[in-house]
This record gives sequence, C-alpha cells and structure tokens, in this order.
Amino acid sequence: MKIWLSELLTSFRAIIGLAVIVCGIYPASVWLLNRALFPAKSGGSLIQRDGRVVGSWLIAQAFVEPRYFHPRPSAAGSGYDASRSGGTNLGPTSKTLVKTVGRRAAQYREENELPQDALVPADAVTSSGSGLDPHISPENARLQAGRVARARGVPEEKILEQVKAYTEGRTLGIIGQPRVNIMKLNLALDGVHDVGR
Amino acid sequence: MDIYGWVQLALFMALLGLSAKPIGLHIGRVLEADGKTFLDRGLKPVERGLYRILRVDPGSEQDWKRYTLSLLVFSLAGLLFTYAILRLQHILPLNPQKLGPVRPDLAFNTAVSFASNTNWQNYAGEMTLSYFSQMTGLVFQNFVSAAAGIAAAAALVRGIARHSAKTVGNFWVDLVRVNLYLLLPICVVYSLFLGSQGVVQNFKPYITARPIEATAAPSPETAPAGQTIAQGPAASQIAIKMLGTNGGGFFNANAAHPYENPTPLSNFIQMLSIFLIPSGLTYYLGRKVRNQKHGWTVWSAMALLFLAGVLFCWKAESDGNPRWAELGVSRTLGNMEGKEVRFGAFDSALFASVTTAASCGAVNAMPDSFTPLGGFVPLFNIQMGEVVFGGVGSGLYGMLIFVVLAVFLTGLMVGRTPEYLGKKIDSYDVKVSVLALVILIFSILGFSAWAAVSPWGKAALGNAGPHGLSEILYAYSSGTGNNGSAFAGFNGNIVRLNITLALAMLFGRFLMLVPVMALAGNLAKKKRLPPSGADFPVGGLMFTLILMATVLIIGALTFFPALALGPVVEHFVMTGSSILY
Repeated sequence: MKIWLSELLTSFRAIIGLAVIVCGIYPASVWLLNRALFPAKSGGSLIQRDGRVVGSWLIAQAFVEPRYFHPRPSAAGSGYDASRSGGTNLGPTSKTLVKTVGRRAAQYREENELPQDALVPADAVTSSGSGLDPHISPENARLQAGRVARARGVPEEKILEQVKAYTEGRTLGIIGQPRVNIMKLNLALDGVHDVGR
Repeated sequence: MDIYGWVQLALFMALLGLSAKPIGLHIGRVLEADGKTFLDRGLKPVERGLYRILRVDPGSEQDWKRYTLSLLVFSLAGLLFTYAILRLQHILPLNPQKLGPVRPDLAFNTAVSFASNTNWQNYAGEMTLSYFSQMTGLVFQNFVSAAAGIAAAAALVRGIARHSAKTVGNFWVDLVRVNLYLLLPICVVYSLFLGSQGVVQNFKPYITARPIEATAAPSPETAPAGQTIAQGPAASQIAIKMLGTNGGGFFNANAAHPYENPTPLSNFIQMLSIFLIPSGLTYYLGRKVRNQKHGWTVWSAMALLFLAGVLFCWKAESDGNPRWAELGVSRTLGNMEGKEVRFGAFDSALFASVTTAASCGAVNAMPDSFTPLGGFVPLFNIQMGEVVFGGVGSGLYGMLIFVVLAVFLTGLMVGRTPEYLGKKIDSYDVKVSVLALVILIFSILGFSAWAAVSPWGKAALGNAGPHGLSEILYAYSSGTGNNGSAFAGFNGNIVRLNITLALAMLFGRFLMLVPVMALAGNLAKKKRLPPSGADFPVGGLMFTLILMATVLIIGALTFFPALALGPVVEHFVMTGSSILY
C-alpha cells in the first residue's frame, strides 16, 4: 500500500513537471515561432476581400453559380461547414452512395452540357474525406471551363488558360496528385490573387 | 497503379531504411540514464530539475514488478488528469467557443483512449473540445503514452540484452529522457515544418467568413451569416500525434482536413514520421543485443509484411468501385469517395497502411468508404497485432513476443531446446507470450461478437450488410490494438459503446503490458549460455520468413473466419452481384 501511495505521489509530480513543458512551453513556443515565420499560414491562410474575411485558401466553400468553378460535394455539416469536418463514411455497397453518385453524375452532365455517354471525373461526384477539400482534378476543371466561359461571356480558351495556370503538379514530380485549387481559381477569375502564391 | 506511386513507394522505403540507423543510435543514447546527446547543453538542467521535482534518483534501477507498477500507476494518474480537464473545460481557460463540459462517458472514453495511446475519436475535435482540452488533456497523453510505450520496449530489450540481472531500468528516468531528448526536439522542428505547409497554430475564436458567392448560404442553423472556420493550436499537436503514433486528430476529419495536412509534402512527411521511431527501435534492438543482423532481420520482416499490405490496398483503391461504370463515372482516379484530391488513391492507400501497421490511427481518407479489399488491409494490419513497425515501443515489444514464439516453434520442429540470443526459452516465457496474444484475441472477438448480437451494437452501424459487420469488427480491433482509426460511419458515441470500447483499449494496452514486462524480468535474470554453434540463428532470410509466418499464422489466422464474413463477402457482393444495402 505504501509503495502504491509513493508511486501515486511521484506520478502527480511527474504530471505537473512534464505538463508545464509539453503542454505549456512547447505549444506556446511553436505558436510564437510560427506566428513570426508564417503569419498568414498559422492564422488560417485567410482570404481578405474589401477588408473582410471571405474564406480560406485551404478550405472549400460552396459555389453554385455557373460563373464559378464548383468544388467537390461536401458531407461536412450541411455542406462545406468548416466547423464540422467529415466524410459520408458510406461503404462501396451502400444504396445511398450509389444513388447519390448516379444523381450527381447526371446533374454534372446537364450543367456542363456534356453528352449522355460522357464519363464524369470521379472527384466531381464523390464527397471528400474532410468535406472541405479545396481541390478538384484538372480533368474536372477542364470539363467545367465551358460553362464558366459561357456564364462570364468570355472565350473558353481564356478560362482554360486560367485553369492551366492554377493547376498544381506533383511535388518533386512524384508526390501527390495534380490538382486545381478552386478558391484560387475562382478568385483569380474575379481578379483577386493569392498574395502568398 | 501508376509509375508515380511506385517511385514514391521506393523513396518512402529508402528514406525509412536510411533513417533507422541514426535514429536508432540516438534512441540508444536517450535510453541510457547517463547517455550523452548533442542536446545535453540545453536540456541537462531541465532533466536534473525534473528529477528533483519527481524526487527520483536517476542512478537507481527497478525490477520488472516495480517498473510495471510505476508505469501503470502513472498511466492511471494521467487518465484522471485528462478526464478532469475534459469534464471541467467550461471553467478552464482558452475556450473561445464556450464549449460545455464533455459528457462523462465520452470523457472517460477519450481519457482512456489517449492514455492507452489509442486516440479513438468518439469526440469531434472542433465541435467538442476547447483549445485548452486539446493542448493539455490530449497533448499531454500524446507525449507520455508514447514515452511509456518506448520505455516498456526498452525494458524488454534490456531484459534480452542483460544476463543474471535483477533490474530492467528505471521507468521515471526513461519517461523523462524520452520526452526531453527524443520527442520534444523533433516535435519543435516538425511543427515549424507543418506551419510552413499551412497547418494552423493560433488561439483565435472560430472565424466567420462571408461567403464569396452571395447565394451560398451553407446551413441556416449553424452559420446563417456565413462559413464558420474552426481554428486552434493544431501544428504543435499534430507533430506529436504523428511522431508518437497517437493519431487523434485536432479536427474531426483528422489528417484529411486541409488545416491538418495541407499538402502532398506534409502528407509524405507525416507518413514517414509515424514509422520513424518504430523503425529506429529495431536498430536499437540490434545494437543492444550486439547482433545488428537480428535487428535488421526484424526490420525486414516488418518491411515485407508492410509492402504486401500497401500493394494490396493500392490495387483495390485504384481499381475503384465497379458499380460506378454503369453510372458513367470514370474510374481513372480510383475510388475517390472519402478521399482528398491532393492525395488520390495511392497516397490514401499508403497512409492507411502506414497508420494501421503502426498503431497510429490517423487517417487522411475515410477507411469506411474504401473498397472492401482496400478496407481489409487496415483491418488485417491491426489484427496482426500492429507489429509491422507498430506503435512507438508497442510495435517492438509486440514483435518480440512473436520472435519468442517463432524461436519456440522452430525449436519444437527440430526437437531442440529453444534458445534466443544465448538464453534458454522456458515454459514461463512461452506462457506469458501466449497470454499477451490471447488477451488481444479475446478482447477483439469477444466484444465484436457481443456488439454484433446486441441492439446497441447494431444501432450504431452506419452501413448495412457485410459492411456493417466490418464496422463492428474494425471498432473493437482498433480499440484493442490501440490504433484509433475507425470505420467512422459506426457511431461509437453512445454510453455502452463508449464503455466497451474503453475497456477494449484498457485490455489491449495494459493487460498486454504486464505479460510483456514479466517476460522482460524473466529474461533479464537468466544466465547466458556459452555459444554452442548449434543454436538457431535469429538473423538472415530464413528467420525473416519464419517470423513472418509466425505473425501471419498465430496473429492473423484467428481472425480469418470473421474477416471472411465481413470484407471478403462484401467484395464478392460488390463484384459479382447487383445487391446494394
């Protein structure tokens, strides 16, 4: 019993001693260093427009108007809720999932005036893991370019040029996937550019 | 399965292999009470100060019973500490969202989950926990439960390396030194790297952004004025979450969240950092027992089992879901449900394999939405006992249990007294080793069976059909294996599941630790036999294969009937029928 008690006392002393270091000094120094070195990024990579925060470069937002590129479907909260991240967690044999994907594919073809037998890029009709994925595949962006061009009354080539300019390749040529950040692309179409770029 | 994936996989394995020696040497210095490291100049005074606070003499050592007692009592005290913080977060500082106290059953589940290095998330970070709870209640456990795992592995390695010895080290010294000299310095550098990639680190209230599109009104009930964007001190937490193979996310979506894992590069480094210490520990083993070939043999067995899993999972995920062909959806990107575009099929499959081979449990894609065979791999990895690199410390001591059994089995086959590195393996060693494994099997299959026939178990399912059984099986495998990843459609946040999952985590961690420590104590006190030339070599290709076979046969075959009814059946339903659930 005495041994237990002494171990317990040592444990509490260890908790206090270690907590001061790993829960106090450590996160506080990381906070100060990151704030000094990467002020915009540690603050959430926020987008300012006319002095107001309109979103984050890293977090997808809902876009439904035809003149904007549309993000991937979202299961975060009731859609793109950046305080409730998450996916659908529906399995591959789920009726709900297969139905939803089919409905979205039909809608995608209609919105973008694609032929009935056109294959839809998988990322355009599936929900991301976070529900906040800011990226779409380059193929998905190219297929949406025509619609965006028509809505904005500009030639499609102009929009495709922007898509190309905002396509990010694999890191070091091998890591990750080619992708287009819709926040950057949509704001570039509106004439706002990511200063951190 | 494109060339980029193959090259990246080769790069990943090469970097892992190259890092094993330097990190293993550093671990060796950290785990000697008087070891010298290049950090001594700054940290030695802190170390001495901590010993003074703890009133511990760094020169003294403990026998295995006392070492185990210290570890268990410390873990229990830490559990109470985290539980108290979660229950009291509404009156503690750094709670800009004014989140209320965490419900008792959820707080208990979460405290157990972090104290056992599991980090199962029945809570949703940004909706449930204040910055203070994350930074203190959870980060504390991320550091110390990782250090405790490494300490236990060190005690076992000392037991193997020593002979005619009574003691296996001093838990308090190991705890302090691992935190100060190993985890903390790497985490500081690592969190700066994460910051450079876009991981947030601030204490601001959640930001309300006015959406760019006027018509975009997300949810009227949660954010009528615009998009609410959660913030917080994430970078410092994510560094230790990965390095300590904890895996509990700052945000609900874990490493799929763009604030937690913003770029392919941050993703690559996060995967590497999960394996860094477990892989280095095999080098430490080889060095301590003066048989580097044995260390590399263990590493190779782990690497081969790992690669088999990665390729299997990658193939399944890049093939995607055959049902989508008839919907006119392209399969060139593979199965994208629950995945992020920046990672795609390969990086998601690799991440899922890494996080379950180690007992990390972080996810960058939702395993519940993987194809049946893609989801089979993470589940199988956990059920093998997470000995493929494994958790920090727990991976090595889990694998050493299999090494003892492999030595015993080969001894039986050739009719010779089994010897391991010059020590006789007797019935006591085999009994405690088997006991450690049986506890895991009983916990996983017992709880799963119970939940599968109970209304509360079935009510939690997010998917029907064979996928539902996979969800239950995954939950208790992940809990018992102290992994923490989930088939997250399964809603574990109800009282009975919070309690049974917490029990599974406690059994998996602490009931396994006791036999492991008993083995350490028993091996330490043995005499070393003179080399006879007839002992079985524990290095080389032959032993690699025997070790892999032991892991597969003893560790995983037990679960095969259950796996056949879950992911295997679902695979055939998906490919060979038009049934949907």
